[in-house]
Amino acid sequence: MAHPMTLTEKLLASHSRRKWVSPGEILDVRVDLVLANDITAPLAIEAFREIGAKRVFHRDRVVLVPDHFAPAKDILSAEQCKVMREFAKAQRLPHYFEIGKCGIEHVLLPEKGLVNPGEVIIGADSHTCTYGALGAFSTGVGSTELGAAMATGRIWLRVPETIKFIYYGKLRPWVSGKDLILATIGAIGVDGALYRAMEFSGETVHELSMASRFTICNMVIEAGGKNGVIEPDEVTLQFVKGRAQRPYRIFRSDPKARYEQVMEFDVSRIGPQVALPHLPSNVKDVREVGSVEIDQVVIGSCTNGHLEDLRVAAKILRGKKVASTLRLIIIPATQEIYRQALKEGLIEVFLSSGAVVSPPTCGPCLGGYMGILAAGERALATTNRNFKGRMGHPESEVYLSGPAVAAASAVKGRIAHPEEVLRSRG
Amino acid sequence: MKLEGRVWKFGSDIDTDAIIPARYLNQSDPKELAKHVMEDERPSFSKDVRRGDILVAGKNFGCGSSREHAPLALKAAGISCIIAKSFARIFFRNAFNIGLPLLESQEASEAIEEGDRIQVDLSTGEIYDLTKKKRFLSKPIPPFMQELLRDGGLIPHLRKKTIKHKQ
Ligand code: SF4
Repeated sequence: MAHPMTLTEKLLASHSRRKWVSPGEILDVRVDLVLANDITAPLAIEAFREIGAKRVFHRDRVVLVPDHFAPAKDILSAEQCKVMREFAKAQRLPHYFEIGKCGIEHVLLPEKGLVNPGEVIIGADSHTCTYGALGAFSTGVGSTELGAAMATGRIWLRVPETIKFIYYGKLRPWVSGKDLILATIGAIGVDGALYRAMEFSGETVHELSMASRFTICNMVIEAGGKNGVIEPDEVTLQFVKGRAQRPYRIFRSDPKARYEQVMEFDVSRIGPQVALPHLPSNVKDVREVGSVEIDQVVIGSCTNGHLEDLRVAAKILRGKKVASTLRLIIIPATQEIYRQALKEGLIEVFLSSGAVVSPPTCGPCLGGYMGILAAGERALATTNRNFKGRMGHPESEVYLSGPAVAAASAVKGRIAHPEEVLRSRG
Repeated sequence: MKLEGRVWKFGSDIDTDAIIPARYLNQSDPKELAKHVMEDERPSFSKDVRRGDILVAGKNFGCGSSREHAPLALKAAGISCIIAKSFARIFFRNAFNIGLPLLESQEASEAIEEGDRIQVDLSTGEIYDLTKKKRFLSKPIPPFMQELLRDGGLIPHLRKKTIKHKQ
């Protein structure tokens, strides 16, 4: 029956030959793109073969990215990358990204115009929800399902209930998308949006850069959400222009669409946020954290490895030195971002401050390599998860923040507000 | 489908890094993964767990990454079924796709204790604690998921479907 729909409902309806859908319905959905990485692809490829599939559903629509343990950190990782590389070759996939042309998947795909407004995307990686920032439906699945979708181009999905988050008011200095999403997860908990769509709206969201919007949708999974979405606007269209590799469609929520819940946030009350170990919902304002000494700071990942994040970090680090008791690791999310950061002189700022700059990789974010923590060590990272042992030894600790707090803390050797290092506004 | 087993009890928000840490994800052999299952959470678990054992946990079990290695490791370690207050979404799909049944029940999750012997009827969702002589009802498994379990997971299910199509 005809009824108003949310953005998420419209995206799913448009891909399942339906005029209307309602929360709870199970749909057979056509997907525009499927994605896997060096950890999840080998199992997906195995599943693909076991089904008896010979060819992927569409050569242009299967994207494989070696980013987690690549450049290969050990022999076993090299074998996994090889499985993926050989599959891409055999299937003649144009979107296999070898290191050197690569980057962290969730920053790389939007950069290359492989994900667009109005699409349905699934990926064998939980942070696939990132692309909702473009006004697409995107969500993470497991390898077996991804293998099946590589063969069929379809997947079953339950239409989620939508929770609407409205942000209004003027952003305080040094506050970005990361702080808004951390505050939100802090408010609703790590299962606060379980099985739900999270729709982010309000005047503040539409003033945010694309990078900040990606960061917000990236962490939907940390609240248990199925997908996050933001209605496309001028900022979205500007971003997509010249990148989109396919024609795209713009959907918006109907004014009378039904939401399971609506939550409002006055952002003028939100300062830079920090999530304490061992849950992303364990959030405090940076001023309330107290004096916490840090052994390592990591700036990077699919959450905050954007050019904009590096610019913020460089602003704070310029002319400063990393505390002698601390290691600072900076990881541009893609080759393109690395190159641009070099052009803008950001890399020079980082190196002069005493940071180490890594090539694009997930690396330490998941405790892979390139900055693993020893027992008892404490890190502050711009990543998205601080579960026990996430960055190394089970007795190490991870704190989460945006790039401004991370950079300031690297200078101070303890968790610090950016204003402690730089008096000017963010 | 009926199961019976001994219970291992875990808390809430057990994430996939706790189930199988990323440092072991440079390969995907279920037997190898099983050797490290729950290692950081409970170091001796992989040695003590027996085939057929049942895991009972709090809310949001399996949150975090999409790694299918997590349910694979639990299944290969011998876990026959998981009961929790709630499951994280991707873990939920993954488990059924690889043929590992999950049941949601708040009461069972609270009342059942470590070491209890319990019986589970997957078709009715009934859970019977033989130690406590108490019965619980879980949310019934949707018919489509039951079909997946009967076929042994998504791959055998799809294979069966393609064979049917061809005939
Ligand atoms: S950067 Fe971290 S969270 Fe993002 S895809 Fe890589 S491992 Fe996952």
